[in-house]
Amino acid sequence: MTVELTEIEHPAAEAPVPQDDEGGGRLRWIALGVVVVVWVILGVIFHGKGTQDLPVSQLTAFQEWLNELRNTIEDAKFNGNPIFLPIDWLSEALDWTVTQLQNLFVSDSSRPQGVAQVGWAGVVALAVWVAYALSGLRIAILALAVMLSFGWLGYWEQSIDTLIITGVSVVICVIIGLPTGIWMSRSKRVTSVLTPVLDTMQTMPSFAYLGPLVLIFGIGNPGAVVATLIYALPPLIRISAYGLSTVSPSTVEATTALGSTSTQLMTKVQLPMARRTIIVGLNQTIMAALSMAIIAAFIAGPGLGIPIIDALSVLNVGIAFVSGMCIVFMAIMLDRATSAAGERSEATSRREVNGQRRRLILGISAAVAVVVVAISHNQLRWNVFPDSEWGRRIANWVNDATDTISNSIGQFTRWLSDAFTEVFLNPPFGLDAWFVDAPWWLVSLGILAVAILLGGAGKEATPRLAAAVALGAAAVLMSGYWADSPLDMSWVIYWGAVVALLIGSSAVGGGGALIPTAASISLIFAVGLWNDSMVTLTMTLVATLFVMIFGIVVGVWMGRSRRVDATVRPFLDGLQTLPALVYLVPALAFFPAGRFLAIIAAVLYAAPVAIKITADGVRSVAGPTVEAAQSLGSSRWQMIGKVQLPMSKGSIVLSANQGLLFVLSMVVIGGLVGGGGLGFLVINGFSQREDFGKGLAAGIAITALGIMLDRITVHTAARYGRADTA
Amino acid sequence: MTATVDDVGAAASTDGQSALTVNNLWKVFGPRADKIVGSPEADLSRADLLAQTGCTAAVRDVSFEVSPGEVFVVMGLSGSGKSTLVRCLTRLIEPTAGQVLIDGEDVVSMSDTRLRELRRHHVSMVFQHFGLLPHRKVIDNVGYGLEVRGTSKADRRSRAQEMVDLVGLSGNENAYPDQLSGGMQQRVGLARALAVDPSILLFDEPFSALDPLIRRDMQNEVIRLHHEVGKTMVFITHDLSEALKLGDRILIMRDGALIQMGTPAEVVATPADDYVRDFVSEVPRSHVLTLAWVMRPPRPDEALTGPEMAPDTIVRDAARRVIDAADPVKVVDNGQLLGVVDQDDILRVIVAEETPS
Ligand SMILES: Nc1ncnc2c1ncn2[C@@H]1O[C@H](COP(=O)(O)OP(=O)(O)O)[C@@H](O)[C@H]1O
Ligand SMILES: [Mg+2]
Repeated sequence: MTVELTEIEHPAAEAPVPQDDEGGGRLRWIALGVVVVVWVILGVIFHGKGTQDLPVSQLTAFQEWLNELRNTIEDAKFNGNPIFLPIDWLSEALDWTVTQLQNLFVSDSSRPQGVAQVGWAGVVALAVWVAYALSGLRIAILALAVMLSFGWLGYWEQSIDTLIITGVSVVICVIIGLPTGIWMSRSKRVTSVLTPVLDTMQTMPSFAYLGPLVLIFGIGNPGAVVATLIYALPPLIRISAYGLSTVSPSTVEATTALGSTSTQLMTKVQLPMARRTIIVGLNQTIMAALSMAIIAAFIAGPGLGIPIIDALSVLNVGIAFVSGMCIVFMAIMLDRATSAAGERSEATSRREVNGQRRRLILGISAAVAVVVVAISHNQLRWNVFPDSEWGRRIANWVNDATDTISNSIGQFTRWLSDAFTEVFLNPPFGLDAWFVDAPWWLVSLGILAVAILLGGAGKEATPRLAAAVALGAAAVLMSGYWADSPLDMSWVIYWGAVVALLIGSSAVGGGGALIPTAASISLIFAVGLWNDSMVTLTMTLVATLFVMIFGIVVGVWMGRSRRVDATVRPFLDGLQTLPALVYLVPALAFFPAGRFLAIIAAVLYAAPVAIKITADGVRSVAGPTVEAAQSLGSSRWQMIGKVQLPMSKGSIVLSANQGLLFVLSMVVIGGLVGGGGLGFLVINGFSQREDFGKGLAAGIAITALGIMLDRITVHTAARYGRADTA
Repeated sequence: MTATVDDVGAAASTDGQSALTVNNLWKVFGPRADKIVGSPEADLSRADLLAQTGCTAAVRDVSFEVSPGEVFVVMGLSGSGKSTLVRCLTRLIEPTAGQVLIDGEDVVSMSDTRLRELRRHHVSMVFQHFGLLPHRKVIDNVGYGLEVRGTSKADRRSRAQEMVDLVGLSGNENAYPDQLSGGMQQRVGLARALAVDPSILLFDEPFSALDPLIRRDMQNEVIRLHHEVGKTMVFITHDLSEALKLGDRILIMRDGALIQMGTPAEVVATPADDYVRDFVSEVPRSHVLTLAWVMRPPRPDEALTGPEMAPDTIVRDAARRVIDAADPVKVVDNGQLLGVVDQDDILRVIVAEETPS
């Protein structure tokens, strides 16, 4: 028992958790029922009124103002305004780094320099050697196959570009992330300050911050690297801080007692002992970086994102499939290589006997790699990857195959898509009737009521309610739906108020879901994207419903049987390493473009997380409890329904939370394939200069939706789940 | 390394200095802990203090002295503040109030650098959960303390090897901790503590995590090492038989406070209160009590012709001769008659064991 250090936390710190008494719980459900009934009745009465539906090309005053802002910033940058100098330097440094690496490694006839310093053969040799040195022979062979496949599939340059963007971002992540993780592990204050920042970074869908980054860093290499960096940084900081702070306290104490300085403690004790955990964090950071490096193609980042996005947007499954293959292979290579490196790092440090031989082999193979690099530098054949027909051939096969499929079962999938849309989305039955086609005030009040009933209003509910009303009123005034041109400065005041309220309410603590929800709703309204946000919200809710069904069914199945778990889990782990965009490809192969397609991709993307969390929850129901229930003669279904599900309630709410966030970030990407809503506006904003402001506003609305869904579920979990979900 | 217990003891008696002195030591955990000591709240019971102030007084007003070469045992139930007390000695936990002197030097006011010197050279500790470095071989674990103080690699290897041999782990120096049994791991912990050649060794329940047979081996190992290297030892345990077996003196704690301090025989013979009595009730008293504790003044009618014995003879060892002798045994110290012991006195001790009061 490691009592000594854990005891710091427990005395007196355990505030009594408010328990719902039976009566209160029932009242709440009745109230919820009333809210739903009123919502439905009023929705029917006011159907189609006050939906705030604006055509894509019509910008509200705020969105115009964002366009202005963009112009102002561009002018300022162009004129060398000193405010932007540091950012300019940073952009230039990033751009320079990426360009140098491209000159070094990427032969591309479309670039001025044409031929790279190190040709493809040299790059392959280096990659294989690194894989061998870090992760062993099997990974080296994998790396060889994967690297060659890039060329054979016809995406050599794009693949190396993606590797460069990913690599540069990951290196910066390590430079920033590891010291930050160390800092967090040493100071509770730093942890409490950084945790909400990291939370926000991780709940923000990747689409949301592309716009602001473009505004600041411009499109192309710098924007791509910064976007990738921001997206990939949190896991490394989090996991390394966790790994360092959970290093066995008795070892830390024992080595302190021997007179270690704090530097000695870090380098000789904590870092070595946390090494494996840190490598796990690094693995997640690399996978996240890859996923974002591909999405960064939306802001003209180089690499594999470009062909896959182009192909998806013209619904060319074949090309999307081939470039998707490159992405998947790359993901597998990077994932396997880092995991194997983690496993090996201990083994190699222990096997000192073979050190001599290992060094010899590494030396010889390094020499071989250098020779190959030299040859690839001089000989064109080994420099520019020879043309290969394979990529085009596979793309054609796939297109033929999908044509055949859609000829034979196309009718069926189209029917399925229509039926689904009819039942779950379209009015009168679908959720659109509640959100998209109902008046804004009804929907706002409805969401607020549900948020309060599920997630609570927080302590001192009256002032909070007043603040919420004030926020709403301000949003209505600011939105520009009715007024023509609001005062210029008032935006700043409004944003100040929203941000201050959000920060304030989370700092004061004891809050419920009320304030964050009110702030989010009013934000969505104020940026003038009410209707589009509701389209995205409906899709998110429907997709999450299915994610939860899968999560519970498969999760319970896995949680109850180790065998099932052992077979299914590697499959889920594999799915989770795939970059987000790839999920659209199989969905597109079978179903027509539209909202249904975006929902399918989102379900595919989010289900693994939800399943794993539920499975872990069911598994963690204590053995003795299950045994006791068994001895009382529970049947299998009684066991699931009365013991395992209720006891893993907390995990299920947590999986809903994660499911919602994953679904949201994928649903907006579905804007690429006819999903509509906010995602479409973001993408449109990058391609149409005059719609940029609207795209930026859509990014804000996505963030607001994310915060709202996250806060409601988190507070619901805190009230209904047990402490283990916090 | 050559000094024996007796040498050290002799040295101590000449210069009269104790190895470790603790005066009025307090450790209070919780908000505004420093405000508690000296206030009326300090007199509250531990539960009341926690309820009223949210603070836990883990160590309250403890004072004691340990002589060079002595094995000093601190005993108490779990939660009584033993670990906190022993950690305050080298400020692994900062004391809230009070004084700690090691070799006459005040630990509480030491600078960080000086404190590190103290930990590197003078005091080392053995922990209940070993606290070994899993990524290092045994030999490098043992050499850790030398490494952090800057000893060259060759020197620390040879010194570490010596220690590995001393604790009976020869041949395992290249193993990793997870390849060793619990008992062997604790031997590594012991060797690591000894490697820096400290003058004081602290043990915090080092054998509680081991199973009973191995625990006995390790206790004997400590006794052997004490004979060989003669360090001053402060040994924490919750196990009375361990305390009686190892301790020259025993300090008993409850709820952070000192309840009783004395030799094993004193503690067993005259428990200070019910808490201590409860502790000692299970002990075979004849194994602990000396004749000094069972003797009585001679009755006028008794013949003082029996054999003579020393007052520090353990009852169990004296029993045979007392029972065999026709007359009461005389307890004599330096030629002076202190009292007598007869069959009945001995039997009372032994019978009392079987029907504990
Ligand atoms: N870091 C800490 N913070 C708060 N209370 C503590 C801390 N460490 C120990 N305590 C409390 O101090 C008391 C004594 O603990 P400890 O010294 O570990 O006792 P022992 O070693 O005798 O079992 C216990 O009540 C424990 O809960
Ligand atoms: Mg303890």
